[in-house]
Amino acid sequence: MDPRLTIIDKRLKNIKKVIAVSGGKGGIGKSSVASVLALSLSKMEYKVGLLDTDFCGPSTHILLGIKDLYPEEEKGVIPPEPYGIKFMSIIYYAGDKPSPLRGIDVSNALIELLAVTLWGELDFLIIDMPPGIGDAILDVIRLIKKTEFLVVTTQSKVALETVKKVLRMLKELEIQILGVIENMKTRDSSYVREEIETMGIPFLGEIYYDPDFEDSLGDTEKLLKTEFAQSIKKIILNTEGFRE
Amino acid sequence: MHEWALAEAVISTALEASKEKKAREIRELRITMGELQQIDIEIFEFALNEIIKSHDILKKTKIKIEIENAFFRCNVCGHEWKFTKDKLSFEESESIHFIPEIVHTYLRCPQCSSPDFEVIKGRGVWLDSIEVR
Repeated sequence: MDPRLTIIDKRLKNIKKVIAVSGGKGGIGKSSVASVLALSLSKMEYKVGLLDTDFCGPSTHILLGIKDLYPEEEKGVIPPEPYGIKFMSIIYYAGDKPSPLRGIDVSNALIELLAVTLWGELDFLIIDMPPGIGDAILDVIRLIKKTEFLVVTTQSKVALETVKKVLRMLKELEIQILGVIENMKTRDSSYVREEIETMGIPFLGEIYYDPDFEDSLGDTEKLLKTEFAQSIKKIILNTEGFRE
Repeated sequence: MHEWALAEAVISTALEASKEKKAREIRELRITMGELQQIDIEIFEFALNEIIKSHDILKKTKIKIEIENAFFRCNVCGHEWKFTKDKLSFEESESIHFIPEIVHTYLRCPQCSSPDFEVIKGRGVWLDSIEVR
């Protein structure tokens, strides 16, 4: 028996909401949405955790400018709290070196982190997911029963068609879907909204491409002033699922 | 004290299994400890003994821990080798202690230098058997 599996529920029992930020493709802004969402919720005085499960390409620490931190140990692993966010990532252990992991290793690393991390009381745990329908998403579904999915897409048909596969899978498995965000929008069109609403899934809002976003990476004050962050804030305020 | 978290996981699993078996007493727990995780056995045993004190069903439990050496097999050239800490710094070794998969970040196949290898034995903590009454 793997003893880590039975302790995971206990580790997460004082977390009110677990939101996994997912999407079919890479480069569509999942990590940006997850990071700014965690930052915005923290600014709104919520107790927030952020778990980066993209072990092969972690990036939330770059977005939030988190460096030179290391978790404390006290009957488990206590995440550091930059900007009031309890932050866990493989970067504490791998630094800037590559972590070439196969599927079974991704599963084991995720189970280990979930089994030993002491999150304490949280209003929201935001999970930044790697792209696609692979081990990480299947493990989050298997191990964290109360997860709700926030799915990110772009206007591109290539991204949307892959995202629709993720949504179909979540629906088939009867996993709660908080809704879909359309990111990096460059032209007015209701195509994505209509496609998502046709599937019976809430469309939470759209975020226009923000040319200033790149220059604000690593600086949370600048990040919060971007159009991107303003759009995330609007989505939080207009979405039932973000209210306690 | 990461050992404490793993000890808690072991006891939690044993308690859950004993509930399923409607046991009155857990007589023995056999635990395998993979070498790769480099658990401090003394701290782990101390944590186990502290945690079981608060559970009547565990008061007479014998705990047996077996260490399993860690071995790897390269997915590229098929070479098999045993884990040693020789080439690891203290920080690298500590990182593997927390997440054994981090071994892929710091070790390479000694024959072909690939990071693509499997941990075939000795990864982490495993509860082998629970004897109940």
